[in-house]
This record gives sequence, C-alpha cells and structure tokens, in this order.
Amino acid sequence: MTEVLVSVAPAEPVAAEPGFIRRLLRRPLAVASLTFLNLAVLSAVFAPVLAPYSPTELDLSNVLSGPTWAHPFGTDDLGRDVLSRIMYGGRVTLVGAAIGVTVAFAVGVSAGLVAGYVDGWFDNAVNRVADMALAIPHIIILLVVLSVFGRNEKIAMVTFGLLVSPTAMRIIRGSTLAVRHELFVDAARVSGLTTRQIIVRHIVPRVSGAVIVLVSLISASAVLVETGLGFLGLGVPPPTPSWGELVAVASTQVHTQPWLLVPSGLLVAVSVLSFGLLGDAARDASTEGWQARTPQGRGPRRRAVVESAEAAVAERAEAEIQVPTGSLLSVRDLIVEFATPAGPVRVVDGVSFDVRRGDALALVGESGCGKSITARALIGLLPPGGYVAGGSCLFGGRDTVRLEAHALRKIRGSEIALVSQNAIACLDPVFTVRSQLGELVRIHEPRISRVAETARVRELLEMVHLPDPGAVARRYPHELSGGMAQRVAIAAALAGRPQLLIADEPTTALDVTLQAEILDLLCELQERTGMAILMISHDWGVVADLCRHAIVMYAGQVLEAADIEAIFEQPLHPYTAGLLLSNPQLGRPRQRLSAIPGAIPPPGRWPHGCRFHPRCSYATLECQLGPIPLLEHEQSRVARCIHSDQLRAKVSV
Amino acid sequence: MLRLVLRRIAWSVPLVFAVSVLTFVLLAVTPGDPTRAILGEEAPPEAYVQLRDRLGLNDPIYVRYWDWLRDAIHGDLGSSLFTAQPVTSAIATRIPVTIALVLGAMLLSTMIGVGLGVLAAIRGGVSGRVIDVLSLAGTAIPNYWLALVLVAVFAVRWPIFPATGYTTFAQSPTEWLRSLVLPIIVLAVGGFALLAKQTRDAMLDALSRDYVMTLRANAVSERSIIFKHVLRNASIPVVTVLGLKFAQLLSGTVIVESVFVLPGLGGLAVDATQRHDVAIVQGVALCFTFLVVGANLLVDLAYGWLDPKARVG
Repeated sequence: MTEVLVSVAPAEPVAAEPGFIRRLLRRPLAVASLTFLNLAVLSAVFAPVLAPYSPTELDLSNVLSGPTWAHPFGTDDLGRDVLSRIMYGGRVTLVGAAIGVTVAFAVGVSAGLVAGYVDGWFDNAVNRVADMALAIPHIIILLVVLSVFGRNEKIAMVTFGLLVSPTAMRIIRGSTLAVRHELFVDAARVSGLTTRQIIVRHIVPRVSGAVIVLVSLISASAVLVETGLGFLGLGVPPPTPSWGELVAVASTQVHTQPWLLVPSGLLVAVSVLSFGLLGDAARDASTEGWQARTPQGRGPRRRAVVESAEAAVAERAEAEIQVPTGSLLSVRDLIVEFATPAGPVRVVDGVSFDVRRGDALALVGESGCGKSITARALIGLLPPGGYVAGGSCLFGGRDTVRLEAHALRKIRGSEIALVSQNAIACLDPVFTVRSQLGELVRIHEPRISRVAETARVRELLEMVHLPDPGAVARRYPHELSGGMAQRVAIAAALAGRPQLLIADEPTTALDVTLQAEILDLLCELQERTGMAILMISHDWGVVADLCRHAIVMYAGQVLEAADIEAIFEQPLHPYTAGLLLSNPQLGRPRQRLSAIPGAIPPPGRWPHGCRFHPRCSYATLECQLGPIPLLEHEQSRVARCIHSDQLRAKVSV
Repeated sequence: MLRLVLRRIAWSVPLVFAVSVLTFVLLAVTPGDPTRAILGEEAPPEAYVQLRDRLGLNDPIYVRYWDWLRDAIHGDLGSSLFTAQPVTSAIATRIPVTIALVLGAMLLSTMIGVGLGVLAAIRGGVSGRVIDVLSLAGTAIPNYWLALVLVAVFAVRWPIFPATGYTTFAQSPTEWLRSLVLPIIVLAVGGFALLAKQTRDAMLDALSRDYVMTLRANAVSERSIIFKHVLRNASIPVVTVLGLKFAQLLSGTVIVESVFVLPGLGGLAVDATQRHDVAIVQGVALCFTFLVVGANLLVDLAYGWLDPKARVG
C-alpha cells in the first residue's frame, strides 16, 4: 500500500500539459502576436541604442511633417521624431502595464490558489470582496487615488492591479477547485505532503494554462488603462513620452496633422490586440490537451459533407407505388441517413408500413432502432445532419419527404400532429398555456376572433380532461405536473384537428397510473375525432392497450408486422418473442426476468446478414450469409426471419 | 420577486459603504500635504494652518469620517475645494448629460450586439467568425483614439458633427442630438462585443431545446419561432449582462466626455482629479456607485419579468 502512495507523489513537479508551448506556437495568430510583442519590448528596452533621435530633440524647422525618410513616422508639433518617442514611450507604458499585471497576478493568483484549495471562511470572504470590487467602475477609483496622490503612475498601476485581482482570483480559484478534486491530490494529501507542498508541486503546474490566459488578458487591459491615463494627462509628467501622451499630442493637432493619430493609436490598438489574441490562443491550446478533438469540424469539411447529402437526396428516383385503398399514410422503403465527416450513416433502412384512417398502429422497438427517427422523417423534422435518402411517404396524395418547407408547414399540425415525451420540456417556458394554445389555434384558424379563440382553447383543455381548465390556462409550463403537461401537449397537438397523431413515447416519463389515464384519453380522442394514431413505444403494455396493429423495428429495419393479437398469440420473429418475454408484467415471483442477451448494434455497425443473429438463439449459418427479406405469412403478416416455423412449434405466451 | 429586490438592496448597502470608506481612507493617507497641492507652494504659512483647520485635517480619522457620513446622509457631500460649489449641486447639473450619453450608448450597443448575435445564431458559419473579429477589434481599439479618429473624419474633414461642446435639449433639440452622436458611437463600439457573443450563445442554446422542435411540429412559422419564442428565451441570460454593460459604459464616459468636452460627471471627475479636488472626485465615485447599483436593480427587475421561473423565489 505505501509503495503505491510513494510512487504517486513524485519528487518533481509534473509537467503541465505536455507540448503546450508547441501547440501554442502552431497557431499563426499566436506567433504573430508574440512576434509583435517581442518587437515592442525589445525596441523599448534598447531604445537608447536603436532610436534614431533623442525623444526630446527638437527640430523646429521640420514641425508636423508627415512620414519622410528622415522621420518614418513623422514629427510632432515641436519637431520631435515620433518613432523615437514611440520607442522611449514604450519603456513607460510597458513598465506601467507590467506593474499592474504583476500586482494583479501576485494578489489574485495567491488568493485564488488558497481560496480554491483551502475552502471555508477564507473562500467566502474572498468571494464577497471580489463581488464588491467587480461592481465598482475601476476608473473612478483610479481617479480618486490620482486626485490624492497626484500624477503618480506607479501608484495608479498598483491600484489598477488591486482592482483587477478579483477577476484573476476568480479564475484561478475555479481552476484550483477543479484540480483539487482529482484523485492524485487526495493521494498526495494522504501521503503526508503539506498544503503548501501540494499547492506548489501539484496544483500550480495544472493551473498554468489558465494563468497564461489570465496574464495575457490582464496585460491587454493594463495597456488600455495606462495609455488612457496618459492620454488624460494623469500619467508621467512631460517631457517623458508615453504612448498615451503621444495620442494626447496627436489630439491637439487633429486639424493640422491628423496623420499623427495613426502611429500612436495603431500601436496601442495592435498591442492590446496582440495580448488578446495571445490569450485566446493560449486558452485554446491549453484546453486542446485535455479534450478529444470532436469529429465534427467546422468549415470546408462540414460543408462538403452536407453538400454530398443534399446531392444524395436530389438523386432519388421517382417510384411507382401501389397505395392500398383506405390508407391514410403509406410509407415505402424509407431510408434515412445522417451526414458525418466519416461519411453518411444509415439509421433507417427501408421501412414500409401503412396507417389506415382511424386506425392505431404501433412502432415497437428498443432505443436506437430508428423508430423515433422514422416518425420525425414523416413530417420533415429530422435533427440537423439528417436527411431522407430514399423511399417515400404518401399522405393525402402527396409525398411528404419531397415537399418544400412551406408545404410541409401546411401539413404539420392540421393533418399530422406530433406529441413527444417529456412534455414540460416541449412547452415554451416563458409563455402561459393559454398563450401557447392560443397561438396554435390562430395559426390553424387565422381569422378567428379573440372570443372564439379563448373558447376554443378552453374546449381543447376540456377535451383532454384537465380539471379547472381556466386555472391551467393561466399557468406556466414549469407550474404543471408531468401528467398535466402531457395533457396540455396533447391539447396543443389537437389544435389543428389532425387526421393523424404521432405519439412518440408519450407515457415513458410518467408513472403507471398516469400512463393508463393518458392511454385512455388517447383512446377516447380517437373515437371522438376519428383520427389515426401512430404510437411509438418500447413498452408492449402501452401498445396493447391502444393499438390494433404493430410494427417491430430493429436496427433500422422492420422485423415483423401484424395485428396485435396475432403477435401476442404467436410471434413469428425471435426478436419479437424475446421482447414479449422480457415484458416486466410477465415476471413471475422469485424467477429471473427473461432478457435478450447482448445489445442492439448502433447504426454503422450493423452485422452482415440478419441484424439480430448475434443475439438470436435460433441463428444458423444461413442467417449470416446475406440480407434476410421480409417473408409473407398468412393474413398478410410479414416477418424477416427464415426460422419462423421453429417459433410456431414452441408454445406461445 | 420582492425577495430578489430586497436581496439586491441588502447587498448594495455594504457596497456603497465600502466605496465611501475606501475613498475616505485614501484621502486620509495622502503622503503629501493636500493644502500644499491646493494653495501651491507660495502661500504664507498661516494660510496652510488655516486651511488644515477648515478642512478638519487635524482631527482623528474616525471623527472625520463620522462627520462626513453624517453630512452625507443629509445630502451634503462637502464643497469643491476650489470653487466652493457644493458637490451635490455640481453633480446634479451634470448627471443628465452622463445619463443621456450612457443610455444612448446602451441602446446602440444593445441593438448592434443583439442584432449581430441573432444573425450569427441563425446564419451560422462565416457570420460567427465575423462577430469574433469585430468583437476583438471593438475591445482592442482604445476609446480615446476612436473618438479622435471619428472627430478627425466626421468633424474636421467633413464637418457633419461638432468636434466638441454640448447644447442642452432646451436650447436646441437637434443640436443636442448632434453633439451626442459621436460620443455615443464611441461608447457603444467598445461594448457590443460581449452582448453579441452572449446573444449568439443564448440563442443557439434555446434553438437546440425540445420546445423548438415541438413548435415546428405544430406548424409555427420560423419567423415566429425565432423572434417570438427563441429571442424571448435567449434574452434572459443576455439581460444579466446588461448590468455589467452599464458599469462599463459609465467608466467609458470619463474619457469620452473629456475628449468631446461634454459637461458630464466623467469630465467633472477628470478635471477635479487634475486639480486635486478630492471632495468632488469622491462625490462622483459615490454617484457612480449609486448609479451602478440602481442599474443592477433594474436589471434584476427585468430578469424577474422575463423569466417566470425567477418570480417564485
């Protein structure tokens, strides 16, 4: 045991994020910023050697010249060379900024490290102080200090550092808190290192990324403040140049030589920009080491992927489809894919079914089989990146997967409506129930009067059996219980008097009694309005209550389709049989609940041949050879299995 | 809702207190002799003694602070050490200018910032990068320099706006507006960056929520979804930024009023600082603190109005 602990507490500080500097230097903006800043610092440090003129040297015959060979940045109103003044001015400004940064750093980082690590009253006190300090506009405090101490740049920049230190403290505290809870710190503590040793050896290296970002951003701020004070005449007294003072001089010559504004101001702007870009690059470089690069990139790669998806959609050929009479919705060979940088991934692979007028069809399957995606494809609500790559969906004589957006909008709500699970999340949190339902009523009946709209909203709420509809209408979504919210969602779906209601796991988030109530409600609504229901669920109990027919989906395919009673009596696919057996309601006391071994394969990793064969107890060699077609059985049942007869031999549930 | 307001007020009192103590302590620890700064070096010795007496500089600090506090509560913040004008009246005449400036800049930067943020959220792609670049430029460009550049272009080269000076609304509404245009632009430019970023982030977050898909499923138009539902939801986190914005803009008035010679609080503070007129600067500091507190209070109220969930507690 002790050997493990000893090996965990290293003798030297662990390198922060290996390759951080290398990663930083790979970014062109960071390199450019660093180059510029180094140039500025070097020219300031070596100004006595490099500057062509003394900063106070007057050349009264050459006053206010623009850029010339003798004076590349021109001269000011006293004939002084601007370039030299910039170099000497850098000494003042950069030193002043450095003072501010050092103070902010010293105070903020130490306070942050201790507050983040030690916690308790110190942490609280420091936070309170930080809150207060952040609320006061800094510049006015600086002015108070300067009004008392006169033109004293050092004191002003120290004050600035103190005022900014709470920001530094906050950030360092955050990083320290994150690191503190990691295991190696606890191990170090157990192995006997003191608090100070832990902070210095373990936490500081890990927090260094945040520190570099902080220093850059505070430096940017410090340069702005120092030059601002210099501009106001509150910095170092003349004739010492500083960058802010250069802008002040330029301001007096706006009418006569506006060029003077350019070198002085641009210099400050570019310096601040460089610090800012450096900080951004440092932040990106430090988080890069910890996060895996996400496969979805921005820019040209993603555009190409989406474009190829759109091309695939355009290539779909028109097919001749035989539509059975009385069919409200006919889906034929629906194929849905998602565009990824690795290529298109198929999620729904040739699904077909019909929903007849007034009928109730169930789409049953485990999570990940593609049933929700199928439903959403019908009304063109696929998540970003998804598209219909083949097949058709006929509704009322039109193919919905080929419709334009405005035509789809006409169908949604008024002909096909959707109800999802987790109803509270499906309602806009900032509008009342009345407002949202009213909006929907107005969409489907644009010329309706206010009075009629209120009446219709009430009617909808009564249709879903909400007690006290008036009170519910005034509530916000977060004030509703789960069951009430689901009823409201159903009421919203009914606003357009749809012919088909797609219910996507509407009861999954509810407890059993509520489940039964919602299902009864759906049943009753069906009888009243004559609308058809497409129910999506993984729960046979829910499905059996409401639906007459069922489609079993697995890995993007239809595995079995039949009347509910027929399926319950005699499933013709091993997967269906397994699903039925694993229904918790069939559980017997003190007996293990039956479950299908293994897990559903994700899209893109579908097995060759029958997609269920790895988990199937009836599987033979033939099942792996090639795709299994849907085989027809009596009473127009279909099943995608070559061993259905073996199932028949077994006693059914 | 009431609790929110009370909590904010309770938090603000120690803040104002702290600022007053801070400024007072700074005054008390001045290393030099303020009387020398005020009277110069040439005055007869009795003058310095008399001034020290008059300013109460010989009393212990807690006595001085208590005197000051007692007066302050009665509305007397002392007088300018130079003009003998009461601090409160100096501030009162100048507040309208600063408020007009800050509110104008707030409006402009909110319009630009939120507009850009919404655009970036809807369009995505390049406009996101554009926002990042503009934001960076906005924060990097020194406001005093931008002010001068605008003056050079729009007041000197093409005299559309006045370079300096201020006309009151009573004297001439159009002139009043003209004198405020350039200063407001300068103030607003530095600040829209944060708003744009926050708006874009908030809108992208709202657009990814379930209720947006449900709204689409219920045939609500895209336009209505974005401008009625998503914007309203996104405005909640954005509003909390406005309090910070106000403090930033208030800071900015110091430089902007100096460059454009506007008779506001910021310019007053700078002049007073150069003259070591501590009483005035202290008064302005307190005034700023009150204004920031007031703005944050309004922001809290707005937040409570926008977010139904916040009203409960």
